[in-house]
Amino acid sequence: MKGRIHSLESFGTVDGPGTRFVVFFQGCPMRCLYCHNPDTWDPKGGTEMSAEYILEQYERNIAFYSGGGITTTGGEPLLQIDFLIELYEKAKEKGIHTCLDTSGIVFNKNNPELMAKFDRLMKVTDLIMLDIKHIDPELHKKIASQPNEGILAFAEYTAEKNVDLWIRHVIVPGLTDDDEYLYKLGYYIGGLSNLKALDALPYHTMGEVKYAKLGKEYPLKGTPPMDKDILIEKKQVIIDGIKKRRAELSAK
Amino acid sequence: MRSEWNGFVGGKWESEINVRDFIQKNYTPYDGDDSFLAGPTQNTKDLWDIVLGYQKKERENGGVVDMDTKVVSTITSHGPAYLDKSKETIVGFQTDAPFKRALQPYGGIRMAEKACSDNGYEVDPEISEFFSTHRKTHNAGCFDAYNQEMRACRSAHIITGLPDAYGRGRIIGDYRRVALYGIDRLIEDKQAQKDSTGRVMTDDVIRLREELSEQMTALKMMKEMALSYGCDISKPATNVQEAIQATYFGYLSAIKEQNGAAMSLGRTSTFIDCYAERDLKNGTFTEEQIQEFIDHFVMKLRCVKFARTPEYNQIFAGDPVWVTESIGGVGVDGRHMVTKSSFRYLHTLNNLGAAPEPNLTVLWSPRLPEGFKKFCAKTSINTSSIQYENDELMRPVHGDDYGIACCVSSMVIGKEMQFFGARANVAKCLLYALNGGVDEVTKKQVGPKYRPVEGDVLDYDDVMSKFIDMLEWQADVYVNTLNIIHYMHDKYCYERAEMALHDRDVKRYFATGVAGLSIVADSLSAIKYAKVEPIRDEDGIIVDFKTTGDFPKYGNDDDRVDSIATEIVSKFMTAVRRHHTYRNGIPTTSILTITSNVTYGKATGNTPDGRKKGQPFAPGANPMHGRDTHGAVASLSSVAKLPFKDAQDGISNTFTIIPGALGKEDQVFAGDIEIDLNK
Repeated sequence: MKGRIHSLESFGTVDGPGTRFVVFFQGCPMRCLYCHNPDTWDPKGGTEMSAEYILEQYERNIAFYSGGGITTTGGEPLLQIDFLIELYEKAKEKGIHTCLDTSGIVFNKNNPELMAKFDRLMKVTDLIMLDIKHIDPELHKKIASQPNEGILAFAEYTAEKNVDLWIRHVIVPGLTDDDEYLYKLGYYIGGLSNLKALDALPYHTMGEVKYAKLGKEYPLKGTPPMDKDILIEKKQVIIDGIKKRRAELSAK
Repeated sequence: MRSEWNGFVGGKWESEINVRDFIQKNYTPYDGDDSFLAGPTQNTKDLWDIVLGYQKKERENGGVVDMDTKVVSTITSHGPAYLDKSKETIVGFQTDAPFKRALQPYGGIRMAEKACSDNGYEVDPEISEFFSTHRKTHNAGCFDAYNQEMRACRSAHIITGLPDAYGRGRIIGDYRRVALYGIDRLIEDKQAQKDSTGRVMTDDVIRLREELSEQMTALKMMKEMALSYGCDISKPATNVQEAIQATYFGYLSAIKEQNGAAMSLGRTSTFIDCYAERDLKNGTFTEEQIQEFIDHFVMKLRCVKFARTPEYNQIFAGDPVWVTESIGGVGVDGRHMVTKSSFRYLHTLNNLGAAPEPNLTVLWSPRLPEGFKKFCAKTSINTSSIQYENDELMRPVHGDDYGIACCVSSMVIGKEMQFFGARANVAKCLLYALNGGVDEVTKKQVGPKYRPVEGDVLDYDDVMSKFIDMLEWQADVYVNTLNIIHYMHDKYCYERAEMALHDRDVKRYFATGVAGLSIVADSLSAIKYAKVEPIRDEDGIIVDFKTTGDFPKYGNDDDRVDSIATEIVSKFMTAVRRHHTYRNGIPTTSILTITSNVTYGKATGNTPDGRKKGQPFAPGANPMHGRDTHGAVASLSSVAKLPFKDAQDGISNTFTIIPGALGKEDQVFAGDIEIDLNK
């Protein structure tokens, strides 16, 4: 089996623990306004690669990845779940730490065939980084052109399966920086027993040039990058929400 | 045992000049962290303020504070100079005033004159006359012996940056010997060496005897110079302050006489630490005092100045002196060689602030102690001023008492030296191969009139075979040019101070270098994997290329092109090895144009990889700018494939990364601990 891969990054330090080999999958159903990888949207793009080839690239420089592993991101890796399962099963045979960076959008509890695949995938996934774009269903639709029900269901599913979970949240000025919603987000994820970390990501404008290159209009033209000091405050709001929920749960 | 050595473990080093043996028997590995370190004393702060004042004045003056135009610099030519005598614990300047640049005409009188005139000074006409008429310089000697072809290659920049008008540098005296043994013992030893030469007076023996005499003269002058500062270095140092001072006087003697392209210090920190540990144990000095001595020593190393021309500074991008000090590493017995003084040396970057000089170089090994690794990382993050080199690669070749000259040239201290050889521009050589020896910029026939490539599409096998032929020619003219240069340097600008602190029979490395490696690798890859059509001008000379299709590029851990880069290095080295080298020097090569890549780019036409005429080369062994698209590990892996055995003089990779790409900032990422309710 071959996967459609956008690119390989040999020195990933911000996509999971340690130094990681990052596999960017090609194709994504989401259209997030602040997406910085629009070149990974088209599911027909990219280069075809086998799992063996990718793992061979990893193993060439394995010394660099002690304490790290492989991260799949994109694009949306779950769009190619069959290939992903093959890649991770082969990686686990070699004892490689696997991390899935996903939006969770593909998840669908009502599709038994797909659920069987998810069950199989969870067995070979060490860490999930789930990017929740927005806690509010309407605003989520506005930002990502897709609803968030399935995404939240996926979050709960990972808790059932007890796979380590990091929640990522991009904070965009004027779009996802409302304290009320951030608190709500924190309160929600505070209920996930497998939550291990929160990664608040500051919005940046480095993706803008890619839109120009693709001849696409940049949806957030004029939005300034997220200020780091404000980001730290916003992150704290989410953490407050997490703590509130956890306090309630432990009181029960 | 001599009284100065009380408390040290004895050994071979007592009966022979053997600093390594002394270090191995006496150093104390340190496995702790940086918490013992002391901050700067008030005197250190006051002195550093004075230095900052000089630096400011230098900038305001547009380059120099003052230049000597009358006194030719020797070890004893100038009286003492101070920043503030009452506060300095380590003393000594190159001339009679801080920041006053010395007049050093032995490398070439015209260079010395120009260095002055470009800065608004004029060399005393009597001195100009003397060095033009009565005393030949190294530069004049080279041009007397060069042939037409060598001159043409030099003008066309296919061999470039040659040390034929300036000091070659890259020789490191074992300055520690002055501290451990004292000058008198070193002179005795040199006399014994002289007495031991052969009786049949061949050229070699005559030269050796003359050199040994020069070395003894230099040693006597060192003693005299030290006395002018009120220090007696005839006997061994008795404490850490004297040991640092004596080591510095040795180094100072070298830089008073030589304006070399790199004037490196060696590997002194663990040596000095033997004294520091002894003094701490005996209560002679406190940690604060020892740090102060080291701070003052390093402060002096930051004040080393040479008279240089703007062109020279253009080649080397600034005014570097390459006071490289090698720190750490692992011993051949398996013990790491990190001591408290390894920390203290690096700590000068905190106490005095970040600085490019001295070039503090950590000899890195996975086996260095964790506390030291952490301190290195912390200091690198705070100051960006530490250079790292691979001890695992160099130790098998040189053992555990080698040091780095300049940026990457490794040599055993006091036992090996190098003839610095600048660079061959292999990117230009590739163009010569295509054009049958005609220079693509000047259109002159510089190289041999081999058959140029024909046809509308470049064929890999054809180009490769022509390139290898041209590379053979280039290596031939290059090595022979260097033979002249080093013959003349020894004759007219001999490094007597540095060589006085070497063994009698030194191993000489005959260094060469290549520039433009990644361009050639990518160009050949383009020819092999894409379609490259040459574009000829009205004279039929290929001046540009049309490349269709994609091709593997060096810097992506792709063996298809990395193997080409590796092959070129080996082929070049093989070609160099074929030739006779001056004084039986052992040929080596380097891939290390850290700064001169811009200058080389200016002199080189369009290349098949898509680089345009005049555009800079990538520095050293770096992939070309922006072509390494698979991240740092892949990029570094390509470089790491280059064979050290064929590039033993060093492979450099200049690596820059934005902090955000090295990991999450602590405050942004909330890990387990922060979101755990109980914390």
